[in-house]
Amino acid sequence: MIRVRLEQRAAPARWFGVVVAPVAIVVTFALTIGFVLAAGASPLDAYNQFLVEPLTSRYTALEVLVAATPLLFTGAAVAIAFRSGFWNIGAEGQLLLGAVAATWVATTFVGGLPRAAAIPLVIAFGAAGGAAWALVPALLRVRLGIDEVVTTLLLNPVGLLVVTGLLNGPWRNPETMFPESERIATSAELPPIVGAESRLHLGFVIAIALIVVAWFVFGRTATGLRLRAAGLSPEAAGFAGIRVGRLLLGAALVSGAIAGIAGASEVMGIQYRLTDGFSAGFGYTGIVVATLGGLSMPGVVLAALFLGDLVVGSTSAGRELGVPSQLADIVQGALLLVMVSLLLLRRYRVSFRRAT
Amino acid sequence: MSFASDVLAATLRNSTPLLYGTVGETYCERAGILNLGIEGTMYASAFFGFLVAYTSGSLLLGLAAAVAVGVLAGALMGLLTVTFGTNHHVAGLGLTLFLIGTAEFANRLHFRGEQALATIDPFKLWDFLGVEILAQYALTYVGFLVIVPLAWWVLMRSSLGLNIRAVGENPEAADAAGVSVARTRYLALMIGGGLMGVGGAFFTLAALGSFTLDIIAGRGWVCIALVIFGRWRIGRGVLGALLFAFVYALQLRLRLIPELAGVPFELLLALPYVAVIAALAVSGRNVAYPGAYLKPYRRA
Amino acid sequence: MRSHESGATAGGEIPPAVELRGITKRFGNLVANDGVDLSVARGEVHALLGENGAGKSTLMRILYGLARADAGVVLADGKPVAIHSPKDAIAAGIGMVTQHFALVRPMTVAENIVLGRTGGVRVQLEAAQARVTAAAERFGIRVDPLARVGDLSVGEQQRVEILKALYRDCRVLILDEPTAVLVPQEVDALFATLRRLCDDGIAVVFISHKLNEIREISNRVTVLRRGVVVGTRVTGEIGDRELASLMVGRATFGVQRRAGSGAGATVLRVEGLSALGRQGLPALREATFEVRAGEILGVAGVSGNGQTELAEVLCGMRRASAGSVTVDGVDLTSAVPARVVAAGVGRIPEDRHAAVVSELSVAHNLALERLSEFRRGPQLDSRRLREHAETLIERFTIKARPDDPIGTLSGGNLQKVILARVLSREPKLLVVSQPTRGLDVAATEYVRQQLLEQRERGAGVLLVSEDLDELLMLADRLIVLYEGRIVGEVAAGEAEPDHLGLLMAGLTGAAA
Repeated sequence: MIRVRLEQRAAPARWFGVVVAPVAIVVTFALTIGFVLAAGASPLDAYNQFLVEPLTSRYTALEVLVAATPLLFTGAAVAIAFRSGFWNIGAEGQLLLGAVAATWVATTFVGGLPRAAAIPLVIAFGAAGGAAWALVPALLRVRLGIDEVVTTLLLNPVGLLVVTGLLNGPWRNPETMFPESERIATSAELPPIVGAESRLHLGFVIAIALIVVAWFVFGRTATGLRLRAAGLSPEAAGFAGIRVGRLLLGAALVSGAIAGIAGASEVMGIQYRLTDGFSAGFGYTGIVVATLGGLSMPGVVLAALFLGDLVVGSTSAGRELGVPSQLADIVQGALLLVMVSLLLLRRYRVSFRRAT
Repeated sequence: MSFASDVLAATLRNSTPLLYGTVGETYCERAGILNLGIEGTMYASAFFGFLVAYTSGSLLLGLAAAVAVGVLAGALMGLLTVTFGTNHHVAGLGLTLFLIGTAEFANRLHFRGEQALATIDPFKLWDFLGVEILAQYALTYVGFLVIVPLAWWVLMRSSLGLNIRAVGENPEAADAAGVSVARTRYLALMIGGGLMGVGGAFFTLAALGSFTLDIIAGRGWVCIALVIFGRWRIGRGVLGALLFAFVYALQLRLRLIPELAGVPFELLLALPYVAVIAALAVSGRNVAYPGAYLKPYRRA
Repeated sequence: MRSHESGATAGGEIPPAVELRGITKRFGNLVANDGVDLSVARGEVHALLGENGAGKSTLMRILYGLARADAGVVLADGKPVAIHSPKDAIAAGIGMVTQHFALVRPMTVAENIVLGRTGGVRVQLEAAQARVTAAAERFGIRVDPLARVGDLSVGEQQRVEILKALYRDCRVLILDEPTAVLVPQEVDALFATLRRLCDDGIAVVFISHKLNEIREISNRVTVLRRGVVVGTRVTGEIGDRELASLMVGRATFGVQRRAGSGAGATVLRVEGLSALGRQGLPALREATFEVRAGEILGVAGVSGNGQTELAEVLCGMRRASAGSVTVDGVDLTSAVPARVVAAGVGRIPEDRHAAVVSELSVAHNLALERLSEFRRGPQLDSRRLREHAETLIERFTIKARPDDPIGTLSGGNLQKVILARVLSREPKLLVVSQPTRGLDVAATEYVRQQLLEQRERGAGVLLVSEDLDELLMLADRLIVLYEGRIVGEVAAGEAEPDHLGLLMAGLTGAAA
């Protein structure tokens, strides 16, 4: 009888990092073929609609970037946290609080300011809102050793309650009586960057800029190296004199801040007000983006673009082929599962041995 | 109908899905596995239970389908965390995303084009002597009177429960004693999944009689909080479920009072989550997490 | 000394309770057991004596199914048995109490005992409780079946482990260094229990390095050295000196180094240093000693007697519970690692892999303790990092390139990287733990040479090693740790291996 066992490799396989994401994508699509068939469409047509179609017209290609914008932020936020050893599952809540903080400032006192002053100010508040939402779980982890997975996760529904509480209560739009806030001041709007025919706004540029900075810090600075060491082996890092606790706190706050900016960006660039349900789970998708991107910044960019492509493609696929757009959500979830399963092979080798 | 009896009746009703979900998640976590797939499991069970009931005309068949979906979800979680040994929270989140997507996909596919919302004739409330508080669904009665005591007995007095608890605390010791860690964890996940399935089915087969998007609305996450709140004990978890349902029912009714219309009741709803975080902060490292929580087990 | 009518007639009518023949086990190049024969008679307490690395634990792990022998057979009651897992061992009537208990702390004693043996849906707790009470009567093992294991003292927990074995009808009970975690009264209680077990015909294998205990409880003793049995004797018929001599096995030794240029000023002063170990038990008790510049102070002792904790405190990885540590006048008691390094202390830790980040490159790891020095503006100067790495690679003949991930390096090269990281800073004091463990001959020689060079250079070196040869070869002075206390201090030139062996085994003074 052949026995299949998982044996630990001596060192992580190097070729792996590059290959795993594309392989995961292929495996995922293979596994989800059943869904496409159930919808009565041909797999080739469906994947063509989902992946290729959006890139064929200028408008939809730009829409891909629009869809990718919040994912760039949350993907980067989650990747930074995970890489430093802080399991931030709360990007969704941090995003929402960032949106709340940004809306508050943008509707209250930036009216008279010029755009060049208003935008950074609102963004800063968005960052502060997100960071504040990450503060308590981070402190609990660093000071008391309390697992941050549960604490960050549970603050997500609380964040949502804050938003609905505000929108159903003091922030409810008095004119329309909808659960939405007033419009933000025009000086706080993120301007479109390719002209009026596309929704693509400055937020995209800000996201890329942040990612470049993060890439630089992680890859080129002493702090970045210390963060990586702390995330990979807190024991060895501590032995070498690195202040792991302090670094972890910093990484958690930065992660929360970036997620907060994601929320601010959506408010300032797309919705122009705080609305109920403006986030289609961007915080959770950020985890998919970060994992798919192998926790690296270039990977995050590629993964965010890929998922943005998927999101845009899914709406047209719904129209054209009758394949429900929710296939994108299925693919997201399956991709995450396939990805982490494949990542196992990085550390373990599958061996087939004749059982003695 | 007095306000008080109205609220109490609603409390018992609303606590039913939470009860099933919390007990189910307790089984998973006692075996050492944080199952973040609960939200997705309840979702998928709610839909597929509804679908089967709709197409077959039988509520019981629908309930069975919901349980089956839950058990399968549990097994899938087992494959990921026990056999593959992947990171629990990523596996659970991925599972939730996958299952919610699947449920909504199937929903769109099956009911697309229908003008009106598909409905079924749901389970009825039992009428006991005309007393309002006792007018509950069979699922509620079965839940409180049968499932909870049975679940407690199995966990605390049966061999399986002993193994589950051992595996969640010290898998090395359990392995050395000859208990199959993998098999026990799979069983715990599947039992938990089945219970979560009933919890999900409650929404579509009893309370609403239809399936809408966002039907679970985060109550899976509430169960996660309640398990910790209950310190991984079944009785306390059920108590937490009742408390949460009470607060929910209360604030729903208080909103209707014109003077209180502007009060942010969301604060109350946030309580269970905040309470759990506060409890964790206070007990600090001494929170009695099951010893092997989150750790995959491989014989060295 | 006890006289005891011995059941030690192997090959007579009654077969030995358990017998191992020709057991051989290799780990890569290391031979842990080499053709070991061991025979344990019913009703006897058979001690297994040896230093670290002698192969005692490996042998017992093989007997209990936690490891697989490369060659040899195991016989239980005269019949060959195949033991591939603890389950098989238990089925063959063999039970083992390891140094780390396999207990589920929140569950009760009865639940722990019954775990894995429940049979049927309902847990037969009453049956388990009845048997616990019966065992209490019969063997004098007092434990409350309803108590939570987590609430019990260590001695009581050990009794639960013994009860587990008895519940499974073991006829052979292996105890691996059982007294390491017990206070004296508990040791007496344990021995009383063991005697009653033997009266019942159960055979006990008792692994230990403590001669006084072996003398008190065992009928026969087998001495292992470097994986080979060097002798089996009746305990009552052999003296301490002989036993220690068998264990340590050296008549004389060769000194291969130059006499030192004479030690200089005190570099490290440790006074009354105490520390708690795992499980919060005292591991180091009021240690007082000094290390001078230009000398190597060796710390001898069987592992588990406080050496690990001593090194950890000196490295900044463990807090002291009392006492002080001063390096060149600077107080470093309970200092964090960054301060320890800044004070000029070089640390070569026991666990190499926990001192480097395996996914990072050699260059990064070499600079990890002082990244700030490699900054150029906001960036890390990768050119200087690389040059730094290349210089060290050449100087220390490390077989690796600067960009190789450390995880791919062999044990020897990894140790060279750690040495390079430490020695390139010309430390005043070196705290070195088990530096040649698991290394091949060439790497071992290299490391030892490096330590001698540091001594020449005028650094003070504290060398903790399980390898007595190594200590005798390198150290100027030796101290011996036993149960957390310094029980002897000897100049290397006057050290006699037998005497050291006695100290390491807990006997002081008289037998010297």
